[in-house]
Amino acid sequence: MSALRLAIEALSAISLRDGNRPILRRVSLAIAVGEVHGVVGESGAGKSTIAKAILGIIPSQVRVAGGRITFEGRDLLALSTNELRGILGRDIALVPQDPSTAFNPSRRIDAQMTDGLRLKRGFSAKEARMRARALLEEVQIRDPERVLNSYPHQLSGGMRQRVLIAAAFGLEPKLVIADEPTTALDVTVQKQILRLIRALQERHGTSVLFVSHDLGVVAKICDRLSVLYMGKVVEQGSTADVLAAPSNAYTKALLAANPRYDRPDSGLEPTPPEVIAALRAEIAAFDRGARQAEHG
Amino acid sequence: MADALLAARGLVVSYGAGRLGRGGSAPVILHGVDIAIGKGETVGIVGESGCGKTTLGRALLGLVTPSAGTVVFDGRNITALDERARRPLRRRMQMIFQDPMSSLNPRRTIGQILTEPILLHGLAANRTAAISLVYGVLDRVGLLRHTIERYSFELSGGQRQRVGIARAVVLRPDFVLADEIVSGLDVSTQAQVLRLLKELTSEMHLALAFISHDLSVIRSICHRVVVMRDGGIVEQGSCGDVFSAPQSAYTRMLIDAIPLPTVDSGWLGRSTAETATTI
Repeated sequence: MSALRLAIEALSAISLRDGNRPILRRVSLAIAVGEVHGVVGESGAGKSTIAKAILGIIPSQVRVAGGRITFEGRDLLALSTNELRGILGRDIALVPQDPSTAFNPSRRIDAQMTDGLRLKRGFSAKEARMRARALLEEVQIRDPERVLNSYPHQLSGGMRQRVLIAAAFGLEPKLVIADEPTTALDVTVQKQILRLIRALQERHGTSVLFVSHDLGVVAKICDRLSVLYMGKVVEQGSTADVLAAPSNAYTKALLAANPRYDRPDSGLEPTPPEVIAALRAEIAAFDRGARQAEHG
Repeated sequence: MADALLAARGLVVSYGAGRLGRGGSAPVILHGVDIAIGKGETVGIVGESGCGKTTLGRALLGLVTPSAGTVVFDGRNITALDERARRPLRRRMQMIFQDPMSSLNPRRTIGQILTEPILLHGLAANRTAAISLVYGVLDRVGLLRHTIERYSFELSGGQRQRVGIARAVVLRPDFVLADEIVSGLDVSTQAQVLRLLKELTSEMHLALAFISHDLSVIRSICHRVVVMRDGGIVEQGSCGDVFSAPQSAYTRMLIDAIPLPTVDSGWLGRSTAETATTI
């Protein structure tokens, strides 16, 4: 195994608003240099909370209750805001879910793309503009000058997502957090965006944490997968192993519920109640154990 | 189709004609669409954003007035009916919306939301009779009876969508339009909703137009599929035929762009000539 880029160890988080309800239950996962790691699960499973914990943008009603996030030998959770700010953007970048809300609507694309290059890479305004242009060419935007001079609303969703990917990879980060980056897009555009992320990631040796609810999408882009249920990793392994021979009943149920165009009458099997009951019992036992460890 | 319950012919819809004094021609959203849906048949309408699928659905229900073409429902031309003449048809032609959070009134209980249309259309003599119909439909869509006292924001996304389905089917319609009704749901909840819809259409011999951007979902519940692009139909046929041997290059491209949950290292690299032009 090649060198580790990010190691999450026993990360726990609780919701302060909801009676200290656990949101993440001792989540551990490791991402090697140049690896794409997928975090899959249904809504509320805690996928985005993991991404937010890495980025230090946990909402105020959530508290990290334990664990470590080690990036390049430093525990991100122990850093001050200023120290973290030095890493974010430069070494860790985000590709957000919704390309329509990620931009400032009143500033042109060039201003928004060059901010990071000037602040994080120390480029002059002229250098930054030239670099932004080259980055847009790298994500196969055919008329980069027009895009740079546009406001976000003048671009299509797919085009906006390309700009965000160009901006994220353009700072040559070591780790990209991609939070459902293709959910809002049509399938043909989605495929182009996935291809782009993979190409940039391979070219620059970037590690990627790829958050998604879509088993088809992670199958095509991730090297390894963590399947999350109620904030707990229920299965982890290489994408091929997890999808072809899932060992956990919940992973099997997710695959069975997934509709497939190549199989008529697929996509009509909800998660069996006994699988849910077993998962909940497992989680209750886990929580009892955690409470005992805390008080014992 | 001889026994079509709902048929549109040469449907043309354009929006915003002559507004803002710009002159010129209004953007044409649908140009000359022909579609027929038989009794008890589920027809999927698929296409990418902006292809006109939602406008087609709205035109079928008479929520959008076409500038040319006809819509025939149960043998009667309903294209140019005024509101008064259309009202009796409303019970027979229902709609399930994409986002039940914004289509269910947050200030009314689920019971009020479901009883109102029953009384309005005279399907029950009084409130007590209407409520017993509501209990029946709640049982059928898999919601507990005490849901009647709940507000929409107290329900989960899957439960809200069941309320949307209940509101449509409680009126015993002949035709239902469902526009992207599972796109916000998790796969397991989606499977429950799709299964319910499939059972109901078969039990009630309901004609269903199922609009979706997701060909996999269409495959799971539709008999036929209509593929749209740029306001027109590029291909239609039985799901078996279209999915196993798509006739149009566009349909093939749409199918090839769907990622299956299997490892296939060559998939990302495979591209079609058309892909580059769509962004």
